[in-house]
Amino acid sequence: MSKHLFTSGHTACSGCGQSMAARLVIDTAGPNTIVANNTGCLEVFSTKYPESSWEVPFVHSLFENCAAVASGVEAALKYLGTKDKINVIAQAGDGGTADIGLQALSGMLERGHDILYVCYDNEAYMNTGVQRSGLTPFDTSTSTTPVGIKSTGNVRPKKLMPEIANAHAIAYVATASVAFPMDIQRKVKKAISLKGAKYIQIHVPCPLGWRYEPRLTVEVAKLAVETGLYPLFEYENGILVAKRQIKPRPVEEYLKVQGRFKHLLNNQEELKKIQAIADANIMKYGLKQEAAAAS
Amino acid sequence: MKEFLEGSLAVAEIVKRCKPGVISAYPITPQTHIVEELANFVAEGELAAQVVNVESEHSAASVVLGASATGVRAYTATSSQGLFYMQEVVFNIAGMRLPVVMTCANRAVSAPINIWNDQQDSVSLRDSGWIQLFAEDLQETVDLHLMAFRIAEDKSMMVPVMVCMDGFSLTHGIETVDIPAQEQVDKFLPSYKPLYKLDVENPMTLGPLVDPEYYMEARYALQQTLNSALDLIPKVAGEFAKIVGRKYNGLVEGYHLEDAEKVIVAMGAVCGTVKEAIDEFRAKGKKIGLLKIVSYRPFPAQQIYDLLKDVSKVAVLDRALSLGSYAPLAAEVKAAFFGKKKQPQVISSFIVGLGGRDITKGSIREMLRLLTTKELNCEFIDLKPELVKEQYE
Amino acid sequence: MFGPLTSKPGTSKRNKTGSWRIESKPKFLQKNCIACKMCILVCPEACITGEQKNTYICDYSYCKGCSNCAVICPKQDIEMIPEDSKE
Repeated sequence: MSKHLFTSGHTACSGCGQSMAARLVIDTAGPNTIVANNTGCLEVFSTKYPESSWEVPFVHSLFENCAAVASGVEAALKYLGTKDKINVIAQAGDGGTADIGLQALSGMLERGHDILYVCYDNEAYMNTGVQRSGLTPFDTSTSTTPVGIKSTGNVRPKKLMPEIANAHAIAYVATASVAFPMDIQRKVKKAISLKGAKYIQIHVPCPLGWRYEPRLTVEVAKLAVETGLYPLFEYENGILVAKRQIKPRPVEEYLKVQGRFKHLLNNQEELKKIQAIADANIMKYGLKQEAAAAS
Repeated sequence: MKEFLEGSLAVAEIVKRCKPGVISAYPITPQTHIVEELANFVAEGELAAQVVNVESEHSAASVVLGASATGVRAYTATSSQGLFYMQEVVFNIAGMRLPVVMTCANRAVSAPINIWNDQQDSVSLRDSGWIQLFAEDLQETVDLHLMAFRIAEDKSMMVPVMVCMDGFSLTHGIETVDIPAQEQVDKFLPSYKPLYKLDVENPMTLGPLVDPEYYMEARYALQQTLNSALDLIPKVAGEFAKIVGRKYNGLVEGYHLEDAEKVIVAMGAVCGTVKEAIDEFRAKGKKIGLLKIVSYRPFPAQQIYDLLKDVSKVAVLDRALSLGSYAPLAAEVKAAFFGKKKQPQVISSFIVGLGGRDITKGSIREMLRLLTTKELNCEFIDLKPELVKEQYE
Repeated sequence: MFGPLTSKPGTSKRNKTGSWRIESKPKFLQKNCIACKMCILVCPEACITGEQKNTYICDYSYCKGCSNCAVICPKQDIEMIPEDSKE
């Protein structure tokens, strides 16, 4: 099967992680799916009138309301009696999810709509020129958290968005990464098989905003996972049921391939803080492979 | 069947008979009774709608947007700050050409916070692309709601309609109203057949990014469509009269205009008080009339011209401001005469009843006393001079 | 009257983004391919097709030359070659 539900000809940058993930998500969900999308890179590069990259019904309204629009779509399908046959996906970037869209998302999750919400996390407002968002990592250089004599970049760590989603007592919460496409497929498949609200957050490196060679998108994503900076895990009904275990690599390996962290490489003090974030993730989610399993 | 009903319950009754598939709203005084009653109907199995109790008005508007885009009749209600919080979705619904119907329970806007009635909320959203219909009494409120769905869903239209009812005076006022029977409603308002929708059998992309190549035409089309509602609304009102029996023009209504020397122009429930005052003047032989604006958007400039061109003095009553400029309704009434052959000798503009300040027959008499050959601009009626003088030391 | 604005599905295919490539393009060697589909899975342009081993190809009219297919291929069976080479 080579027919995709997200087609060629979109205008994403070369090597865009979000376009990889978006195609994987919709191809897995299948043609009986309605997508509601927030404003952001994905919407802009895939729906420039009169063209569209979407082979499924797709609606874009505003920057922050896809969760509510999807709630309306879902309610309408319930009214029409067709909800059981049709998946509803709401999707947005990290800013549209964790910042401006958080209220609408919280409402959607709390009301328990039968919707899969997908957050494509490229860790800043890429569509407007790489401004920091609530999901921008600690010490990241962005256009609104520039590095300078008095600044090492973004002052706060990433908001724990999957934990916030999980706090709504919903059916399923998972993190994923374009480094592991089959894992994305599996998680999307699992999510849509469950009734109720589901949240998947996918790490999607952005060559332009993160300042690395486009060919390295998958590699960079893999390093984020393998250093423990982007833990992959799954919650079902609030319980941690699975995680991708790693043989932790030092965070420098991830940081050094990206321009947005270049200023940190000789700064032992800051590197220690970032290593501590990775170590805390490893501890919290139990990411470290057991010695036996690792061999 | 005639019933003695609170305004909000009357609205809920007619909305129920219009059979929306999705209802979504967020509580705000004085809109609450409408949605509570609709929730009751659904709980009792009298209405087969999905009720989505959202976390904000922004989401309420977004939910009805999504439902309407999925091809289902959708309804919401709000007021004041709620309407303002919806604002960007309100513009979006119109731009996406989705025939949502909303009740706006007109209320003053903050600051200072005030839950009482004026019309600043919906008047401020006059440029949003929604048809805005203002009701005078409960009967008209009920009938306009039924017409609203029909107008919104007309194939030539596909634009949202906001029915504006004054907060408390109409939402909480109790009057005898005739709610059209279900058979009449069904005959007048067939089930909604969308021209376009989110459909897995026929997938399309709604709400695309539109560049300078196409944007202006989309806005032009919306402007033309709103203008063409000036023809559609009276037509729909005519069909309403045939089926339900009550006659409306839908755009404007005249009261003792035939020989009037002085005419008051107003929107909403205040028209009731104005009519009472006129009756008293008429009993004394004074030739006063009323021109009630029902359709604020589209604005019936030609009808206003035709009805007022031979009148000597016109008083425009605004219950909203465009701070730092002319009063909104007055400016547009004046514009209707600009460059025309005939025009009133004077069109004066009065501000009344902001934030729930009572508009009495005395207020109307005072306005008419001030309606002389001297043109007044934004003349506040019923101000308390002692409060205006108060200062921070 | 113009609008509402709706777009037909999959119409972005009219937009041949292959013209974006500057330096290199992937060459599918079709020698050691094990049909793992990783190249298809990661291709941001959805422009790689293939089913059986050593049958995979890429549609140059859309490929932006990002090279992620070449990087992920476990058998090094995709090679980035200069854009102006005749192959």
